[in-house]
Parts: sequence; structure tokens; C-alpha cells
Amino acid sequence: MSVRLEDYRNVAPPGAVDLLYHMSEKVRGKSMLNINSTRVGGGVAEILSRLVPMLNELGVKVAWEIIQGSEDFFRVTKAFHNSLQGQDQAISERMYQLYVEENRENAKRLNFDADMIMIHDPQPAALVDYGDRAGKWVWRCHLDISHPARRVWRFLKNYVLKYDAAIFSLPTFAQKLPIPKFLIYPSIDPLSDKNRDLSRGEVNEILDRLNIPRDKPILLQVSRFDRFKDPVGVIQAYRIVKKHNDCRLILAGGGAADDPEGEVVLQEVKEVAGADPDIHIMVLPPDSNLEINALQRGATVVLQKSLKEGFGLTVAEAMWKGKPVIGGFAGGITVQILYYLTGYTVSSVEGAAFRTRYLLNNPEVARKMGNDAREYIRRNFLITRQLADYLTLMGALTNGR
Amino acid sequence: MHADGSHPFEFVGCTELREILGIKAEDEVQLLDVLEEVPIESIYYHTHEYFLRHQYLVGPYPNDFATWVATQVRDRVLGERLGVIDPYEFETLEDLREALITVIEDHLSRMHSVPRVDDGEPFYFMMSHLVEVPTGTAARTLRELRNGLTTVDASAIYFHFYAARIRRDHRDSDFTVWAEEGLKMPELARLLRSINPYIFSLEQLRGRLVAICDTFLNGGGETGVSSS
Repeated sequence: MSVRLEDYRNVAPPGAVDLLYHMSEKVRGKSMLNINSTRVGGGVAEILSRLVPMLNELGVKVAWEIIQGSEDFFRVTKAFHNSLQGQDQAISERMYQLYVEENRENAKRLNFDADMIMIHDPQPAALVDYGDRAGKWVWRCHLDISHPARRVWRFLKNYVLKYDAAIFSLPTFAQKLPIPKFLIYPSIDPLSDKNRDLSRGEVNEILDRLNIPRDKPILLQVSRFDRFKDPVGVIQAYRIVKKHNDCRLILAGGGAADDPEGEVVLQEVKEVAGADPDIHIMVLPPDSNLEINALQRGATVVLQKSLKEGFGLTVAEAMWKGKPVIGGFAGGITVQILYYLTGYTVSSVEGAAFRTRYLLNNPEVARKMGNDAREYIRRNFLITRQLADYLTLMGALTNGR
Repeated sequence: MHADGSHPFEFVGCTELREILGIKAEDEVQLLDVLEEVPIESIYYHTHEYFLRHQYLVGPYPNDFATWVATQVRDRVLGERLGVIDPYEFETLEDLREALITVIEDHLSRMHSVPRVDDGEPFYFMMSHLVEVPTGTAARTLRELRNGLTTVDASAIYFHFYAARIRRDHRDSDFTVWAEEGLKMPELARLLRSINPYIFSLEQLRGRLVAICDTFLNGGGETGVSSS
């Protein structure tokens, strides 16, 4: 069943849905074209699948197109993706040519007649060369391109410079550009399976199915098995806490089958965990949204002790469930956690242990932090806020068209 | 926007389009240098507009500069000194800029080394474009004002209470002006004027405004604007 804007009235802040209706008056009847690389899978597709119908409901004529390409094309764009995020990748001249050719082919079938054309990430970025310039072209970069492989960035930058504006998820993710750069944080959908309210019975049923007893406080980190998420550091912190506070640790992450590095890290984590029956290492399938929801709701303290991070929306997800979060100084974690108010940011294993121990021994503080965390997310990281940001952007850029 | 007393009070909300300036500081000297030349809109963003972005909670350091030096550079002394600067005390934003610079300069003159970010994050300078959004809610009486206050988006509280002071050259909020000129209630205006805007989140301020309205509604009945 599709979700409607009215459904958000009970979860968005007071007056926010009404404000969206009023904001939409300035852009009603205008058109917006989104182009990205996939309709399913990944955060961009997930959020577009909700934003597009809601924008249409508000009277904006929104279309959503997918760039099509050969397997080789997507191998090239995957290499671009990794290079832009700082990984060394071998990219040949032929690969650059292929990227341009397949963007050109896509341009032939796409209709760019819209007031605003929002191009998501590097895959379709070169389309800007082929559309007419009547509409405003916006490059919506969801990646952290602060330390890119220079050659790939120089190549891509030639296209980005032709856009009317770029959008980044954090200032630290951006590159210097002579076009306006706007900041729009990503958001979570409070009505999705990963975030919707669950009854106590539903949570218990899911935790039973996952073989998680509720006999002691639960520390939780949800993340891929990746060294940058520091799962070993989380176990070390748990062991410090465990000396005086009996508790369980759950490390829940996505499948590592297509990620050789992930498999290595997973084995390392298992070795470090040893035979401790209170450490639960869970490899969850990609569609485990309800399971993650229940784990977050069942947790006492949530950790996201990343050493390097993207935006890290798992922090907002946990905070939305009223949990205090202890996070690393990385990526978007620091803009989600208000230090001392909704959680703690820490720089070490000891810091994570120190704050965890404090929260376990001061449940009233943890409860207040969790409540404040939920309200902070309600006002800053729900999809309704992102919808408002897109309406504002569209109004600002298309004014006069 | 009519809040001049001769019209109903029309609630206006706002949204901001945040622009990344691409300028950052990694230590307190860099912060000082950039503060001297950054567009004045950026000073506004990191001080006054802090409250638009803190609708429910206000941290102990109520502007971005103080928050950064205290939590990222971990220089609590400068954080406290910047944290007590009240942006609404200054006639102009340039005066506010000067005050920030003076405090940082004085602090650095007492330091043996320049405090910098080690484990934390740099300070990224931003500015924003504020866009007004009519809410469709209007008040002709104190009761209607009170009811509007409870239901409008929190950005309307910011627009009428904080942003209004800049629009009015750092004088009164829209609520105060309307209480005085529209409702002809000088005592209500005096109480509204006495609120220190610098210490509240928007939701706390909303609660405070409603409580003041309730005091008058419970004590003295309803006063309305003439419809003529």
C-alpha cells in the first residue's frame, strides 16, 4: 500500500505537514526530473521511491528515470564510485570513453524537458552535455568526494562545472567548485519497515526468532563488517564494560558474500569474540529491515563506533527509536549526535566503554537522552524535512521559469 | 506579512536553503582569519540561525562557533567566552563579527600554542537563504494568537521572534509589536519583550509564549483587534 503525505502528520513535528502544503504552492505545476542508476536497492533509490510520490501529491510533476547501460558501463561507474571515495582503481582511456558513449546513448531516449533536472551521483553526470539548458540542472552527490582519486575527479569535474548547482550531504563531503553548493542532509522514513513503530510483542517475537535473550542490557552496533566501522573496537569496549556491568553485545551486519574484505573482517571479529556466549554476531540478509528495527528497539545502548563513515543514517534510525547513541567522530555521525544531549561522540575504545558504562549505570540519563534523541531526529532527519528542502531548492532555482 | 497592528496577525514559517561556502578552519587562528573576511550572512547563519536549527534542544554553547571550539577543538574556555556572546545585543551584524573577533584574539593572546582540531572535525563556514512560507494561520484575538502558537510549524516561531528582530533592526519581535499595537496590551508586550531569546529552543520558546498568553487569557479575558 502506498504511503501518503497525510500519513506523516502523526510522526512529523507539529505544523510541518501543513507547511509542506503551503510551500508547495510556490512550485505547484512545475516539473522535476530525477535520474539515477537504479530503481531498487541502495539508499538513493529507497528515498526516491518515497519522495517522488509525495512530491507528485504536492502538485510537482516529478518523473524518475534510470540510466541504462551495459555491464561494462556499470563496472566503469563502480570504479568511478570507488575512486571518488578515495580508493585506487585502474581506469583506462577506454573506460572513460565508454562512460561518455553510454551517457550519450541514454541522452537520446531521455526527455529533459523539466524545470529542474536532478542528476544523482556520478553514473548519469555526463547527461548534462546533452539536455537543453532551459531547466536548471542540479548534481545531487550522495558520496563523500572529499579525497577523490584526482584523475577521475578532474574528468568528472568537467561535467559538474556545467551544472547550475550541486548538493552534498555534508560540507566535508564536498569539493571546491565555482557553482553554488547546497547542503541537504539525507533522511530516514519513519513509516518504512526499518523505522515504523513495532509493538512490544512484535519486537519480542523477532528477537526470539533471532535467539536474542532479553535477560540483560543489550549493546548493539548495526553495520557492515568493515574495518572502518571498528567492530573489533566495539568488542574491546564491551569487554571493559563487562567487567562491572553484565550485558550482551550484538554486532549485526549485512551479508559479506560479495565483499572479500568483509568476509576477512567477519572472521577476525569472530576470532576476537571467541566463545563468549554474550556476543552475538549476526549476518543479516539485505532485506532484514524489520529485524534491524526490532534489534534497535530491543537495545539499551546503540554504538556506531566508526573510524570513517558516510552519513551514517543508522545513527538516526537508532535515535528515532529513542536510544542514546555512542558514535565515532566520523562522517555524518557528529551532526546527528548532539554531544551530551542525545548521545556521545568518542575517539577511542576507552571512550566508548566509559560512555557505555555511564549510560548503563544511569538509566534515567539514558532514557532522557533517548527521548531527546527521538525528538531531535523528528525535527531534523525525517523524510518530511528532506521534502521541505527539495521544495525550497526547487522554488529557489526555478523562480521565474 | 502583516504584524503592524492594523491587520490580523498572520503566521509565516520559513525554510532555509543552506549553502556550503567551501571555507574551513582547523585551528583557532584560522577561525579568526576567516571570521574577518567571511560574508556577513555566514556570521548570521552560525549565530542567529543556530536557533532555527535547534527546534527542540539547545546545547550548552548556543552558537556554532562556541560549539565547535568547545566540542571539536576541546577548548572549553573559549567555548564559554563565545557562548555568552548574545547576538541580539548588537546593533549590526558587523558589530557582532567584531565582538567574536575580539574575544578570540584576546583568548589567543593568552595561549602558548594555538588550539586546533586533532580528533574532531574542521569548522565549515556556511550561509543560508531564508525563504518565507505563509502558514495560512491568522489571529485577530489573543486567544487565536495563542491557538496559532500551539499549532504552527516551529519555523514560524523563529520567523516572528528571532528573524523579526533583524528585520526590525534588532528591536522587537513581531509578537511584541502586535501585542502593543494590535491588541493594545502594553503589559503583554512588556512580558513578551522581557523574554531572553538566547537561551531557549524554539519549542521551549513556544511553550513560554503560550504560557504568557494563558496568563492574560485566564486573568483578563480576550482582547481582539477591531475588524474595522
